[in-house]
Amino acid sequence: MSKVSALLSANRASGRGTLIGYFPAGYPSVEESAQALISMAKNGCDVLEVGVPYSDPVMDGLVIQQATEKALEAGFKLPQVFDVIKRVRQEIDTPILVMSYWNPVLRYGVDRFATDLVDSGAQGMITPDLIPDEGAEWIQAAESKDLDHVFLVAPSSSDERVKTNADLSSGFVYSVSTMGITGERAQLDQLARGLASRVKQSSTTPTCVGVGISTADQVREVNSYADGAIVGTAFVKAYQTGGLDALTAKTRELALGLG
Amino acid sequence: MDVKLSEQVGPYFGEFGGRFVPEPLIAALDQLEATYNLARKDPIFKAELAELHRTYTGRPSIITEAKRFASQFGDVRVFLKREDLNHTGSHKINNVMGQALLAKRMGKKRIIAETGAGQHGVASATAAAYFGLDCVVYMGEVDTERQALNVARMKLLGAEVIPVKTGSRTLKDAINEALRDWVANVETTHYLLGTVAGPHPFPTMVRDFHSVIGNEARAQMLELTGKLPDAVAACVGGGSNAIGIFHAFLDDPGVQLWGFEAAGDGVDTPFHAATLSKGVPGVLHGAKSYMLQDEDGQTMESHSISAGLDYPGVGPEHSWLKDLGRANYFGITDSEAMNAMRLLSQTEGIIPAIETAHALAGVKKLSEVLPAGSSILINLSGRGDKDMETAGRYFGLLGEK
Repeated sequence: MSKVSALLSANRASGRGTLIGYFPAGYPSVEESAQALISMAKNGCDVLEVGVPYSDPVMDGLVIQQATEKALEAGFKLPQVFDVIKRVRQEIDTPILVMSYWNPVLRYGVDRFATDLVDSGAQGMITPDLIPDEGAEWIQAAESKDLDHVFLVAPSSSDERVKTNADLSSGFVYSVSTMGITGERAQLDQLARGLASRVKQSSTTPTCVGVGISTADQVREVNSYADGAIVGTAFVKAYQTGGLDALTAKTRELALGLG
Repeated sequence: MDVKLSEQVGPYFGEFGGRFVPEPLIAALDQLEATYNLARKDPIFKAELAELHRTYTGRPSIITEAKRFASQFGDVRVFLKREDLNHTGSHKINNVMGQALLAKRMGKKRIIAETGAGQHGVASATAAAYFGLDCVVYMGEVDTERQALNVARMKLLGAEVIPVKTGSRTLKDAINEALRDWVANVETTHYLLGTVAGPHPFPTMVRDFHSVIGNEARAQMLELTGKLPDAVAACVGGGSNAIGIFHAFLDDPGVQLWGFEAAGDGVDTPFHAATLSKGVPGVLHGAKSYMLQDEDGQTMESHSISAGLDYPGVGPEHSWLKDLGRANYFGITDSEAMNAMRLLSQTEGIIPAIETAHALAGVKKLSEVLPAGSSILINLSGRGDKDMETAGRYFGLLGEK
C-alpha cells in the first residue's frame, strides 16, 4: 500500500486535508534546501515534493525557473537530490516524492534512479513531462520497488485520459488546476473542481491539485473537493523574499487552511 | 513486408520520437494530429496549399547549377535547389503556410512560434499577416541581437517579438517559452513549430510540408541531367530543410544523403552544435532524439555562428536515419561555413544564409568521398541578407564604427 495514498485517505477521513509542499533540491545549496524541506515538514506540510533542477523546465513559471537555474549555476549535480532526501530523512519521516523532468532520469538510468530513490528514503516520483503512454519503463521500475508513480491530468484531458492517467498513477494523480504553468493565481480555476470530480468519478486513485495555490483559503477550498493541495511557487517565493524564516511563516500560514 | 523509409510516420522513428510533454498539451496535439490527418487526404486542403505555393510562396523553386563554385572542388557538378528565392527568403514558408491553414481549420486565431535565426519567425509573421491571425514570436535574447534585422521584419509584419532571457537565451530557450505559452493558451492558440523536432505529430507533419522541396528537386534533376544526383546535401540544425530535400530520395539507394551540422569552433572543442556527430540519445522538447547533454541529463549549450543551427537537439527522423546508416552527418566549423558563404557569393553571385553555407562547405568533403564526375544536389535553404551584420563583422567589411 502506498504510504502517500494511505496518508491522504487518513487525512481526508479525519477532515484535516493534506498540504504538499515543493522545494527545489540544491537551491540555494544542498544543505539549505534540505533545511527548507525539513522546516516545511515541521510546520505543516504532510508530503514533501523535492524538485530536481533541470535545464529546460517547460512546466515551470519564472519563480521556480529562476530558483532551479540558480541551483544549477551553483553546481548542483543530479545525485545530490539523493543527498538532500537522506539529509531530510535524518530529521523527519514525512513522505517524500521527487519531481523530475524525464531526461535526467533517463540519462541516470531508470532502474538505477528508482533504486537510489528507495535507498535514500523517498516514496516515489512525479513526472511532469512523462505521460503514462511513454512511461512503461518507469511504471515497471517503480512498481518493482513499491515507489509511487504520479502522472498528471489536466482540464484539457479527455475523460478517457483522465481515467487512464489516474488508474496508471499510484500515490495520487496530480490534477493541474488550470491551463498554465506553475505560479500563483489570484482565483483558482473552477476548472480544478471539475477536473477533480472527473477523476473521482472514473478512478479510485486519490487526486491532489496543484499549480496556482498560494493562500490558506485556496488550500481549504481545494481540500474540500480533492485529496490534497500542492504548493510550490508560493514557498519558493517566500524563501526568495525572506529566507528560511519567511518560508516557515508561509508554511504555517498555508497550514491554517487545513482542518 | 518492408515499409519504405519514405512511408515512415510518427509517433516513432525507430526508438526516436514520441510525446514527452506535459499532459495539458496532449489534447492539443491530438487535435492537431486529427486535423492534419484529415487535411492531408483532403483534395480541397491540398489544392488550397498548392495554390498558395504557386501564387504566394513562389513555387516551384528553380534549380541553379553552380559551375564556377563547383570548379573549386575538382570534378563534381553542384546543383542548388533555390529555396532562398521563396517568399520571405527561406524554405521555412513551406511549413508555415501549411500549418497556418491547419490553424484556420482548428478555429485558432492566435499563432505562436519560436525562432533562432529569425527566418521561421519572419515566415510565421508573414502567414499571420496573410491570414489575419495574431502572432507572437519567441526569440532568444542573444539571437535578437545577432539577427536584429529579422526582428524588425517581424515587427513590421505586425508580430509581437518576445526576447527570451532565460537559460542560454537562444533557440532552445525560445522553444521552452513557446511551450509554456502554449500550455497556458492552448484553447485559442496554435503553436506553429518551425522544425522537424518536438512531440508527435510535428516531426511528421513539418517533414510532409517540406517534402515539396525534394519532390520538386527529384523531378527537376531527372529532367535536367537525366538521372538522380549522386548525393543530396543540406545543413542540419533541427533538420527541417534537410528532411525536406532528403525525403523524396530516401528509397533511392544510389543517392547518398549528407547532413552538415554546425561544428562551431570544432567538434572536438566544447563549442559546437553537432548534435548527431557528438550527442547521445535523450529527451528534449517533447521527443526522444540525439541531443547534447551532460552526464546529469542537463541540456548543454550549443555554439555556432549561425543562429539557425545553434540548437542542441535534432529531429527524431534524423536520429533514425543516422542509426540506420541511411544518412551521413558531418560537422562544419564556423570558419569553413563563412568561407563557403563568401565563395558562393563571389563565384555565383548568390549570398547564402550562414546556415546554408554549412551545406555548401560540405561540398569539399563530398568531393573527397564521391567518385569523379558526381553530381551533388544542395538545398540552398535561405538567403544571406539577414546575416550581413555578422558577415560584415567577420570579414571586416563594415569599416570602423
